Amino acid sequence: MQLTDKHREYWSKNLRLTAVLLAIWFVVTFVVIWFAKELNEIVIAGFPFAFYMGAQGALIIYVIVIWFYANKMNQMDKDYGVHEGED
Amino acid sequence: MATAATSNKAFFNQLKKYYGFYTGGFIAFVIVLAILEQMGMPPKWIGYIFLAATIGLYAGIGIMSKTADVSEYYVAGRRVPALFNGMATGADWMSAASFIGMAGTLYLTGYDGLAFVMGWTGGYVLVALFLAPYLRKFGQFTIPDFLGARYGGNLPRTLGVLAAIICSFVYVVAQIYGVGLITSRFTGLEFQVGVFVGLAGILVCSFLGGMRAVTWTQVAQYIILIIAYMIPVVWLSVKHTGNPVPQIAYGSVLQQVTQLEKDLNNPATDKGALEAKARAAHKEKQTELEAKIKALDDAVAAGNGDAFVAEVRAAAADPSKIPATAAALKADWKKAADGHKARTGAVPAHATAFAGAGAEKKLLTANPDASAEEIAKAKAEDKKASDTKRLNFITLVLCLMVGTASLPHILMRYYTTPSVREARKSVFWSLFFIFLLYFTAPALAVLVKFEVYNSLVGSSFAALPAWVSNWSAVDATLMRIADISGDGIVQLAEITIGGDLIVLATPEIAGLPYVISGMVAAGGLAAALSTADGLLLTMANALSHDVYYKMIDPNASTVRRITISKTLLLVVALCAAYVTSLKPGDILFLVGAAFSLAASAFFPALVLGVFWKRANYLGAVIGMTAGLAVCMYYMYITYPFFGGVPANEWFGIKPISAGIFGMPAGFLGVIIGSLLSPAPSKEIQELVDHVRYPSLEGDIDTKAA
Repeated sequence: MQLTDKHREYWSKNLRLTAVLLAIWFVVTFVVIWFAKELNEIVIAGFPFAFYMGAQGALIIYVIVIWFYANKMNQMDKDYGVHEGED
Repeated sequence: MATAATSNKAFFNQLKKYYGFYTGGFIAFVIVLAILEQMGMPPKWIGYIFLAATIGLYAGIGIMSKTADVSEYYVAGRRVPALFNGMATGADWMSAASFIGMAGTLYLTGYDGLAFVMGWTGGYVLVALFLAPYLRKFGQFTIPDFLGARYGGNLPRTLGVLAAIICSFVYVVAQIYGVGLITSRFTGLEFQVGVFVGLAGILVCSFLGGMRAVTWTQVAQYIILIIAYMIPVVWLSVKHTGNPVPQIAYGSVLQQVTQLEKDLNNPATDKGALEAKARAAHKEKQTELEAKIKALDDAVAAGNGDAFVAEVRAAAADPSKIPATAAALKADWKKAADGHKARTGAVPAHATAFAGAGAEKKLLTANPDASAEEIAKAKAEDKKASDTKRLNFITLVLCLMVGTASLPHILMRYYTTPSVREARKSVFWSLFFIFLLYFTAPALAVLVKFEVYNSLVGSSFAALPAWVSNWSAVDATLMRIADISGDGIVQLAEITIGGDLIVLATPEIAGLPYVISGMVAAGGLAAALSTADGLLLTMANALSHDVYYKMIDPNASTVRRITISKTLLLVVALCAAYVTSLKPGDILFLVGAAFSLAASAFFPALVLGVFWKRANYLGAVIGMTAGLAVCMYYMYITYPFFGGVPANEWFGIKPISAGIFGMPAGFLGVIIGSLLSPAPSKEIQELVDHVRYPSLEGDIDTKAA
């Protein structure tokens, strides 16, 4: 089994995607919590912002992040020819 | 391949049809029961019918899926479509604590309770990015399998088995406890009997068909639990806001709750004035009790404690209710005094994050002309309290998230999908189905709070709503209400609500018939049973597959492996039920501890195993040992149950978040241990490449038959 440059490119692209999505996860979770008191001053539709993020906003973003990763990677598998047989 | 794809597709359509019928059947069943209730069937019967019907149903699925095939038994034949694996993971994941406890925690603690909502969902991002697809490509049966293959040798595998059993056992005790509680409450059976009835329901399914039976039962359980959770909340939302989407509608309700909190805390308003009176009454009782405690202490110091206790008992209307020793009497009084003390303070605001200690406010009430220096000091005290709360919130969220991505019974589920593609999609469906419940819980908490603050507070003791009198009659730990200020009107300070009440009583608060209460109980039961099933299977598999088959007798026949596994399942289940029937202390702490332990033991070795080729045997051994050891040591020195004291806390971090120290220890251990010893062999490096790419030409094959 010999890895080609194309394989290495696939892996580094995967790492980059993982890093970007992880950064989003970090910001909507930990940065928002850190500034929760300040962010709660902003009220949208009755919801203080940090409260809303903790109760629902962050959750919605987590779902989207995972959905995006699954789609992107499944497409990338095909582009780089490392996909499994059709299912 | 084309035939496999077609048969997968056909299988998926067949499943959709079955579960479609099933859902319809369940709804029809509830409607029939509702009609019977209108015709006069007693509520107790409804409880029995729900219990019998749902457990019977799970048993039926278990029997239909019975299997003697190794791959079917351990990983459901690896053909569970992403959507259904998502539902099964959802049920596996959501325990009694999520279903019954979550909304209650949010009701009681407001923003600070959101750590659980974020922690128990955000962890799936880590599962998706770091573990699920790679474990699926590796494609064996258990998590210790991966550690064993990746790091070589039996030691990493053994450490994996040990850690898997520690965290799963702690967790399963909490589930069986929940099962016992629900069965006993809704059918009137004894707690211990309830535990064993529930256990029968758990076993009949995992025992017969292993992972295959558990998977298809969990899908059925998910459908029941989500319907049971949603209907009462939607109803309550329509009742209060006219909007059937509670997750959107509760914003306006939250504003009203915030306004009510302000009114209650302001003695200048009507509500606030009555509330202040109730608080003053509590203060009076507290002072009274403290004086009694002082008298008792004096009597004990003078050597006539027993005479004092005897006197108190003689004066009481019912002496059998008064403890016979001075120490017990003091503890009783102290508890009562603390209970009153807790009710003398202001109502905390629901959405406020990390409230301080209230030192500044206290100072200004006591001494309005406090000097600038005193105010600055009080402010600093408040800031310190608030910062410690924030630090604990952040560390708890991180421990719960990483713990999610390390619990073997969840990771194991991603071995069951047909491909890496499906595994990735399946994490999405898992979180989606979990999300449906978790993003509803905060709405439910606020809606119930509004009902209590708006309708219950200010009503008359002579005409309490039915749900209040019912629940306070059934269980005083869940609902206690007493006219402390003696004015015949209910004040917030006169109500004590236990967290578990919120979900269980919502149908009654919303004015729904009893059949919906029965359905909610069935939902809670489904949540507890499904999680217990997954956990028991994880432990039995770790012992039978990793210890027996891989280490003791690699030549064991298929029949023998499955027989051993089933026997161990029974043994583990009975041990867990026995421990549960002893009613061990703080369940919530134990659940949290399971996450911290899993995060410290597994996460570093698993993630570095995929992302760092240089990680090797010595690193894994040192990392897993160090992670577990540091985490357990921290709990040992800080948690009172083990004889620890809070004064030992580092940076004021609570023992539940011990993983925050265990995780770095684990990562450092893997890195240092690996760099100190030679790089892993070529075969192992090839294994890493193998898990990184869904398909490679000339690829090795690690799939277990």
